[in-house]
Amino acid sequence: MSCCGATPDHEDMEAVARLVAGRLGAFLKTLRDNGFAVGLSEGQDAAAVMAEGYADRPGLLRSAFKHLFSARKSEWDRFDGLFDAFWLGKRVRSRSLTSGSPQFANSPSLKSLQDTNAAQQGPQGATDQIPSDETPREGGGEGRSEGASRVETLADTDFRKLADPDQVALAHEAAARLAKAMRTRLTRRDQLRRSGERLDLRRTIHRNISHGGVPIALVHRRRKHKPLRLVVLLDASGSMSPYTAVFLRFIHGVLDAFHEAEAFLFHTRLAYVSDAMKEKDAARALDRLSMMAQGAGGGTKIGESLQTFNRWHASRVIHSRSCVMIVSDGYDTGDPALLGREMAQLKRRCRRIVWLNPMLGWDGYAPEARGIKAALPFVDLYAPAHTLSSLAALEPYLARL
Amino acid sequence: MKTRDDIARSLATCGYIADGELSTALSLMQLLKRPLLLEGEAGVGKTEVAKALACVHGTELIRLQCYEGLDQSSALYEWNYQRQLLAIEAHRGHGEGIEDQIFSEKYLLERPLLAAIRRATPPVLLIDEIDRADDEFEAFLLELLSDFQVSIPELGTITATSIPHVVLTSNGTRELSDALRRRCLYHYVDYPDVDREARIILARVDGTSAQLALQIARLVEGLRKEELRKVPGVAETLDWAAALVGLDVRDLKDQPEVVYETLMCLLKTHEDRSRVTREVAARLLGKVA
Repeated sequence: MSCCGATPDHEDMEAVARLVAGRLGAFLKTLRDNGFAVGLSEGQDAAAVMAEGYADRPGLLRSAFKHLFSARKSEWDRFDGLFDAFWLGKRVRSRSLTSGSPQFANSPSLKSLQDTNAAQQGPQGATDQIPSDETPREGGGEGRSEGASRVETLADTDFRKLADPDQVALAHEAAARLAKAMRTRLTRRDQLRRSGERLDLRRTIHRNISHGGVPIALVHRRRKHKPLRLVVLLDASGSMSPYTAVFLRFIHGVLDAFHEAEAFLFHTRLAYVSDAMKEKDAARALDRLSMMAQGAGGGTKIGESLQTFNRWHASRVIHSRSCVMIVSDGYDTGDPALLGREMAQLKRRCRRIVWLNPMLGWDGYAPEARGIKAALPFVDLYAPAHTLSSLAALEPYLARL
Repeated sequence: MKTRDDIARSLATCGYIADGELSTALSLMQLLKRPLLLEGEAGVGKTEVAKALACVHGTELIRLQCYEGLDQSSALYEWNYQRQLLAIEAHRGHGEGIEDQIFSEKYLLERPLLAAIRRATPPVLLIDEIDRADDEFEAFLLELLSDFQVSIPELGTITATSIPHVVLTSNGTRELSDALRRRCLYHYVDYPDVDREARIILARVDGTSAQLALQIARLVEGLRKEELRKVPGVAETLDWAAALVGLDVRDLKDQPEVVYETLMCLLKTHEDRSRVTREVAARLLGKVA
């Protein structure tokens, strides 16, 4: 507004500008409430955009704001609806889409998730249910929870209770992003561990003869490197059905592009699903898997499935830096003695066995099932896995492998 | 400064058929002096946007292809060690003073990022597939893109002569940091609709008729809805159109056999090739009309 005379026109313009500026603030707040990471600088840019004449043309303004405020595909897709709802008073398709999502839409900070988890678990001591010698305690896990509020968010909602399809979709998306972040960190840790390689002087000199012995191209001594390998065994039986979908999505996120990973599904028999899991497109991976999981929904024969695994797959997929992750509620219709034997054999082969049990998060649940009782002595980490935060809490443990 | 409509027009003259939103994005880039982050499936024409932008501004395109392990020396600058060594050898026995010489402009190798900030007229800097680079590089880039200056220990700080138009592209291999996302304007590039794709074909492939272009675009759209491992992108469509023109096809319906044979331009995996059988091709062709 660069005018000089205090004409009525000028005052009107000023009033309109004030109104728009006020509304802009409210719009930014709406966006923030919906999980958009909108800061001060975006607000200033938005004001600059409006001053450039965009404010007169709603279609254009919407498009400009869309580029300015959204930062990823999910936000890009939701933006038009939010804009129309705010500026044009149209109804947004689903209100539930927006509730409870900010924590995730923003940035799924693993640390904060861990903190919330620690706060929720309280004195029972979060993840390490079995005090075994090898099981390291999460340093300060309980201490860090001070000040964390127990807000009921998507992160802490039991997967069973996700009824609304939108919420389920959000949980899926969050699980995938969580897995991605976790994968990136694990891969990076592996790479860091590889740094600090020493020079191989002999080969360096040999390589540089053509430069008159001046060491231009350096040759490093290579260290033998075995990256962490994850082997996931997922229970796809009927009792696990409320959780299977979210886990599949999570596991898909971890395995996709994680070069050292294998996955198996089991119910009454064992199926090798790594190839399906390595499918880029999550939806298609899940489709392929659900085909493979046919016949699921009946009883679970954990012992027999493990026997198959040990006999036919273990030698190929397990090496010394492997972590076997079993995701199951432990309700076994087979022979518990067999399960115990097979667990013992598995234990001898791999570095760690992690057992994730969704039921562990329930109030008052104790591992009474015969199957789980037989298996527990061989498990290094027995952890709940019924919410997104419990999944996030696994990362530090995996990183130490 | 060019308005949105000007930009749309000049994009068209550069052979890029943009939708309205992309023109808005490009004009905003100019207005706010921010980088533009383009996300979308492989083959939707993200890189083409940068080329078209360079054409619109009549300026040079400097491209930095990202990959895992990309470091500053290949992105920013590097000393020309061989020449330095030669200079040292040649200087031997001439007393002091060689150090100042060998750490001067003459021995500095410009890499894309340094080149981009030292041009007299602002070039378009394309940072391609940023999601392939490591986190560290992303963080380094953030610093460079905010200050547009670089410090070279031996030479001092080099400040940008002109601020380049920066375009980043990402296929979503890795989740980018929120800091980078917030710094950029965001645009999601989708596959073009039939009408736009037909116009792209007309603009880029000589010898196509409007009718043939429309048929090709419709068939490709149908193909994209099939269950494929690798959905054909715009580049594949253009290849196919060129192949058809080269084989003197005027109307797809007249030569179903040629259509089936040339589908290899669009289908890039064995699995997809075997999935699109003659029957499927015939069905798709039936819808082209």
